[in-house]
Amino acid sequence: MLTNAGRYTTVRAGEPPGDDVSPPGDEDLATLLLIRHFEEALLRLFDRGELTGTTHTCLGQEIVPVALTPLLSPTWVFSNHRGHGHYLAQFRDPAGLLAELTGRAGALCGGMGGSQHLYREGFCSTGVQGEGVPAALGFAMHLRRTGRPGPAVAYIGDGTLGEGVVYESLNLAQLQRAPLVIVVEHNGIAQTTPTSEAMAGTVAGRAAAFGVRHVAVGGIDIAGIRTRLRGSVERVRAGDGPLVIEFRTTRLGPHSKGDDTRDPAELARLRRTDWYPRFAAADPDRFGEHDRRQRRVIDETVREVLSRPFAGGAAR
Amino acid sequence: VTGVAPARVGEVLNRSLHELFDSDPRIVLLGEDIVDPYGGAFGVTRGLSLRHPERVIGTPISEGAIVGVAGGLAMGGDRVIVELMFGDFVTLCFDPIVNFISKSVSMYGRRRPMPVVVRCPVGGNRGYGPTHSQSPQKHLLGVPNLRLYELSALHNPRRIFEEIFDSGDPAVFFEDKVLYTQPATLDAFFLAAPVGEDDNWVRVSVEDGPPDWAIITSGGLVPRALAAVREALVTAEVSAELFVPARLFPLDLEPLLPRLAAARRILVVEDGPAGGGWAGEVARQLYELLWGRLRHPITVLQPECAVIPAAPHLERRLLIQAETIRHTLIGAGRG
Repeated sequence: MLTNAGRYTTVRAGEPPGDDVSPPGDEDLATLLLIRHFEEALLRLFDRGELTGTTHTCLGQEIVPVALTPLLSPTWVFSNHRGHGHYLAQFRDPAGLLAELTGRAGALCGGMGGSQHLYREGFCSTGVQGEGVPAALGFAMHLRRTGRPGPAVAYIGDGTLGEGVVYESLNLAQLQRAPLVIVVEHNGIAQTTPTSEAMAGTVAGRAAAFGVRHVAVGGIDIAGIRTRLRGSVERVRAGDGPLVIEFRTTRLGPHSKGDDTRDPAELARLRRTDWYPRFAAADPDRFGEHDRRQRRVIDETVREVLSRPFAGGAAR
Repeated sequence: VTGVAPARVGEVLNRSLHELFDSDPRIVLLGEDIVDPYGGAFGVTRGLSLRHPERVIGTPISEGAIVGVAGGLAMGGDRVIVELMFGDFVTLCFDPIVNFISKSVSMYGRRRPMPVVVRCPVGGNRGYGPTHSQSPQKHLLGVPNLRLYELSALHNPRRIFEEIFDSGDPAVFFEDKVLYTQPATLDAFFLAAPVGEDDNWVRVSVEDGPPDWAIITSGGLVPRALAAVREALVTAEVSAELFVPARLFPLDLEPLLPRLAAARRILVVEDGPAGGGWAGEVARQLYELLWGRLRHPITVLQPECAVIPAAPHLERRLLIQAETIRHTLIGAGRG
């Protein structure tokens, strides 16, 4: 349970920690582990001084893009400051992303953008809270007018719901019946501020105020999450207007690095809800095999990318 | 043509938008109250929604979202024009303009065209008061990849929009509201001719010889400056010529240098408040470019740094008027 769960009226889908949950299929499991090991490698690189600036890992939240990416594809994603998982789930390109983060040759954006400003056909992220929501809406309106497939997707956090432009966009999106999906990764904390101290009301209530459809999901049962969402996403494609997916999730890591003020006992409790130990326990052999493989992929990626010359500012 | 009223600047702008929409199916227009029969608070978009209903999108009062949406449309491949009802409200869309649309052109390590024009009706002398009368150009000056343009009777708006869209850079297009109802033609007293190769600068003069003053100004100040030039010549035999750009930023002063060096004095006029701005940047560059050839310090004329009053007599006293410019021209004498 999140510390503030009692404040919400929305249903928290998924299963309580401790339930036996089988790991997802091989492809999804591999992507989950790719993201997990990538993000953990970043924190190690920071400790060694080989990564500079800032980075926001999605440790604990990997389930969100892994569950949603196949469901929403083909799409244009407008991601945010915590976007590595969104990118990796869509493109499985750890080398291009790490080169961008370390300013090395082959960098996705030539080292210009860094962690929070990524771009590739089908993907764009920016570092200002809420900025991507109207942009995704504009892209959705373009898709509809030109008859291209959608939807456009904006990933935001629960903390982003403090930004006014999100509500301007929800209003306009519903008026336009735009093929837009807004995914709220509700991890219960905004940098160091618990959601209960930053958000009055509920996510569902916010969507309802604009007549926008809202579905709440959570947990780690990827197949179940997709089943629950499939019909709602199809309605977006069919022209029924935007959708808010409230995805209850858990941020295991710090906001960026070394800035986690949460109680260690609380963090320990959150770790027990994490998919990693639960999938490992449920199917040790298959999990272990994938885990070793993805760990190796990331280790080799780190070694190889750090041996490259520095990037020149132009995308690969 | 006898018996036909000369076209007004607002009509020319409206016609330019129609021509753009007719010739380019990628163009989309967003804004508040732009749909017919109203056609925008100043009637500039009149007729567009009837002719192109699928590409003219009337929006709620949501400037931040509108400009953010424009960025998303541009990323998809559209060419987007946004009308802000009053340029003062550009403060509400500072983030999408500065941090998303302008940066996206180059922050991803590749050139990513972001063809967006944000149209801003600006300027005072209409009695609209502190939050509907400003000239906010300076707040957007010097933003990487962001071009700034001014509406004037001396430049064809359609060519400006085409230049912006062809560049792939986003732009803010400032339109002094008083111009909308003014004639789009120049008084026969003056001659106008382009300076340089790209039609950006227009020189307006009465005679060819080196003048007492070279005046650099833009947009809605042009009619006021011309009235001052005429009066200074007629009443005090002080001569002046005017240089008017369509593009404020990036600033290119090179084509003007021979004429500026020949003038006795240089005056730069801006209607935004003192304390930084376009006129100061023009003067700073000219000091570098003309150092050793300037006979006098460059004069910069701007309203004092104060809130624009609503009462017409107070507003007139604050903002730059024809008389303000005339006093400057005559006051310096012939030295």
